[in-house]
Amino acid sequence: MKFLCVECDKVMDFAERQIPGDGTLAAVFTCGSCDREIAMLTNPMETQLISSLGVKIGGREVPAQPMELARTSLEGGRDDAFVLSEDIPLARGESALASGEAATPGAGTSTGRVVWTSEATSRLERVPNFVRGMVKRIYTDWAREKGVSEITPESMDRARAELGLEGM
Amino acid sequence: MRKIRTYKDVTHDTGSGLFEQVVDQQHRLADRLAHVRAVVAVASGKGGVGKSAITANLAAALASRGLAVGAADADLNGPSLGRMLGVSRAQLVDGPSGVAPALSPSGVRVMSMELLQEEEDAPLRWREPEMGGFIWQSTLETGVLREFLGDVEWGELDVLLVDVPPGTDKIRRLLELVPDLDQMLLVTIPSETARFVVAKSVRMAREAAVRTVALVSNMVGHTCPECGHVSDLFTGDGGTRLEDESGVPVWAEIPFDQQFGAATDSGIPLVITDPDARSCRAILALADRVEERLGIQARDAVETAGS
Repeated sequence: MKFLCVECDKVMDFAERQIPGDGTLAAVFTCGSCDREIAMLTNPMETQLISSLGVKIGGREVPAQPMELARTSLEGGRDDAFVLSEDIPLARGESALASGEAATPGAGTSTGRVVWTSEATSRLERVPNFVRGMVKRIYTDWAREKGVSEITPESMDRARAELGLEGM
Repeated sequence: MRKIRTYKDVTHDTGSGLFEQVVDQQHRLADRLAHVRAVVAVASGKGGVGKSAITANLAAALASRGLAVGAADADLNGPSLGRMLGVSRAQLVDGPSGVAPALSPSGVRVMSMELLQEEEDAPLRWREPEMGGFIWQSTLETGVLREFLGDVEWGELDVLLVDVPPGTDKIRRLLELVPDLDQMLLVTIPSETARFVVAKSVRMAREAAVRTVALVSNMVGHTCPECGHVSDLFTGDGGTRLEDESGVPVWAEIPFDQQFGAATDSGIPLVITDPDARSCRAILALADRVEERLGIQARDAVETAGS
């Protein structure tokens, strides 16, 4: 999808993405030549079509999580369908050994220790278990990247704002 | 009238990042499947011909030979592979690089929508606008199937079997995700109606240049458990006629077997518990053909020979 400024015959550049409500997705594009702005507004079905592709207009702040589309889209997901690998250290170790990888928690990313306060944990527990593991990992990875050693409700708010975590 | 340039004429990137994200998805899938020696689709186009039961038994048969086997249930709306392989309520281990599949008692790594749904009798529903599902549903389900194939930590596999639901559109969906499919087994039954439908799938597989296409004729004859008399369940000769007309070989003729179905319902494929049953001998012969054509051997055997 591209927007062409007809007057300038220039492709407009993506500027901003918003979800103002009612299932609307707003994507603002700007003409680099005449500064004209337009907003593309999608209806709920069109918004869903875009999210069904597993993409975000304007790019992703957080890398796509394993089975993110299924987890965020399925109605009636099984509460105990997933168990976090870090919650079963033996299985994780065996799995890592089987694949020839070092069994280091957080391998591949910064490995700094991140502690969740009880308030943050309580808030996380309000997230349905079906997606909780994925959400926890997103916050933890954000904290490691930012050098945040303790996750609090306030830092969760900050992460949400920075990462554009709608509904998490 | 002003002449507006076409999409392709306009080469400047908008910065919306959509193209990069789609490419990234394709790379993730390709990277995952790079560890799979062969992807084999078990399809038909026709419903009710026994694809899932054959997939479950074939997977168990190949695993029993020491091959590393995965089974992906592409039937999101009517999943049954998890049940047939005995992993209905198994938990999936959620790791940073993927979700570990369920491991069946017969040693098959399994992924199915059944593992994700809370209620057994709940139809598949998405938490999205109630109206207009025709606009986005197919796209979403293709995306979820892509995740089943690409986001599951299959590990090093010799064979990944994909149980494809009825409809040639579902075969096309898989081919879009895995264009270089190694084999497509098209399951039919000896009925004229099945021949009519499966012929469309044969054509689709050919047009997609799938490397190996073969027919599996299921429910070919029924042996009376009382007197041993073999009778036909259908009047047509679907598999044979389709083979003659299309040139696609029939790799297996599987007789109707009540125990085959009962064992599959119980989650333990009959090929494990009674490999000498007529139906299971046919499955084992099919496994021979699959293995032979793929030229694969158990990884352990290869590694031992090479060490």
